[in-house]
Amino acid sequence: MSSWDRFTDTFFNAKVMAKYWPDILYGVGVTVELAVLIVVSGLLAGLALALIRALAIRPLNWLIIFIVDLFRSLPPLVIIVLIYFGLPAADISPSGFVSTWLSLALVLMAFAEEIFWAGITSIPKGQWEAARSTGLGFGQTLTNVILPQALRLTIPPLTNRTIAITKGTALGTVVAVSEILGMASSAMSNSYNPSPLMMGAAAYLVLFLPVVVAGRWIEKKFAWKR
Amino acid sequence: MIVSAKGIHKHFGHLHVLKGVDLEVAERELVFVIGPSGSGKSTLLRCLNRLEQPSAGSVTVDGIDMLAPATDINHARQRIGMVFQSFNLYPHMTALGNVALALRKVAGKSRAEADALGLAALERVGLADRATHRPLELSGGQQQRVAIARAIALEPRVMLFDEPTSALDPELVGSVLAVMRSLRESGMTMIVVSHEMAFARNAADRVVFMDDGLILEQGPPAAIFENPAHERTRAFIGQIQRH
Repeated sequence: MSSWDRFTDTFFNAKVMAKYWPDILYGVGVTVELAVLIVVSGLLAGLALALIRALAIRPLNWLIIFIVDLFRSLPPLVIIVLIYFGLPAADISPSGFVSTWLSLALVLMAFAEEIFWAGITSIPKGQWEAARSTGLGFGQTLTNVILPQALRLTIPPLTNRTIAITKGTALGTVVAVSEILGMASSAMSNSYNPSPLMMGAAAYLVLFLPVVVAGRWIEKKFAWKR
Repeated sequence: MIVSAKGIHKHFGHLHVLKGVDLEVAERELVFVIGPSGSGKSTLLRCLNRLEQPSAGSVTVDGIDMLAPATDINHARQRIGMVFQSFNLYPHMTALGNVALALRKVAGKSRAEADALGLAALERVGLADRATHRPLELSGGQQQRVAIARAIALEPRVMLFDEPTSALDPELVGSVLAVMRSLRESGMTMIVVSHEMAFARNAADRVVFMDDGLILEQGPPAAIFENPAHERTRAFIGQIQRH
């Protein structure tokens, strides 16, 4: 057996791959489901917090800043573990899936809030004044004048952050979520062969490469052009 | 009096920017407010539509007590158009979109109605043919005229101009002043903060000189420009005219 054969036999073993590809595919389904839930809930919650912050109610803003700073500082893995192993102490026992979803959504919410907030505050004060001087209310000004400009500015940083956090779904393995990496590593232990991990890697590429490329395209399209 | 401001004080932290200003403006009057920078002219203007909340005093515009808590400020502001030094057009909308937004959202017009009224307003400032252009595709003078159209589309009773030509290249100033002149001829009540002395001289009914948060003197343009009573007015006008 040549060394090349030994390499392919170890990392791209056809028999092992044939046996475990349905498991990996199942993992892909779980990862996609998890990612979509995280992105939708995290971005919506982040936008909601930024809008509440725009109301400038002081105690509320302190609370928002505290929450946001907290979830931006903690490693996502720590949050997942805290929720999964900590919440049962309060008689709530979220599944590994729910724990991962909640944790990463909270992290994305925190970063998204900061990005949305930066976008809102980067719009010149004169835009507010012009709109308010024509009789538009606070909410009307926010939705018709400020947000359309602010959101445009937030798209590039938001795309990057969303991709980074969505990849964190792999952390779900530590709380037994059967996402791609979890399925791949259990298949690896069962078969004493790392080929399933290669399949997992391929699955990540197939899933995320188009997103990354689309992200770059969106970034180019929206960057600093107003 | 369509505009009546009495005893206006404004503090910004430690700064006492307005120190008890009274200003009465009659219907169809064009009042010019001049004075050194930092004298409180812009702040006074912004107190009239409550973009700044006066620290003390009263403001009545078209019979509405602007400072009363019960006043619907958004409703009241429809009657007071404002034009800013930096235009402040909405960059993500067309010229017509800029003009029509408040017509739809505040005046409650349908989109078709708002567009028709918006086009008519753009026509009045000579820019109907630029309706579909974005602000950044327009010259500074055109942008400021769109901003004027945005304000007059709501048929305000009073127009406030906060240094409307200060951000413009000299060759573009004329087009904006021409629009202001035609507004004046249509009978609009106008309060203008500006250093366009030539315009003040032949269009204003009254010139108000402010210094250090107070109105120092006021009167017909000829009197203020040729024969100012105060040394500071004289010094200021001398400086302006030398440039």
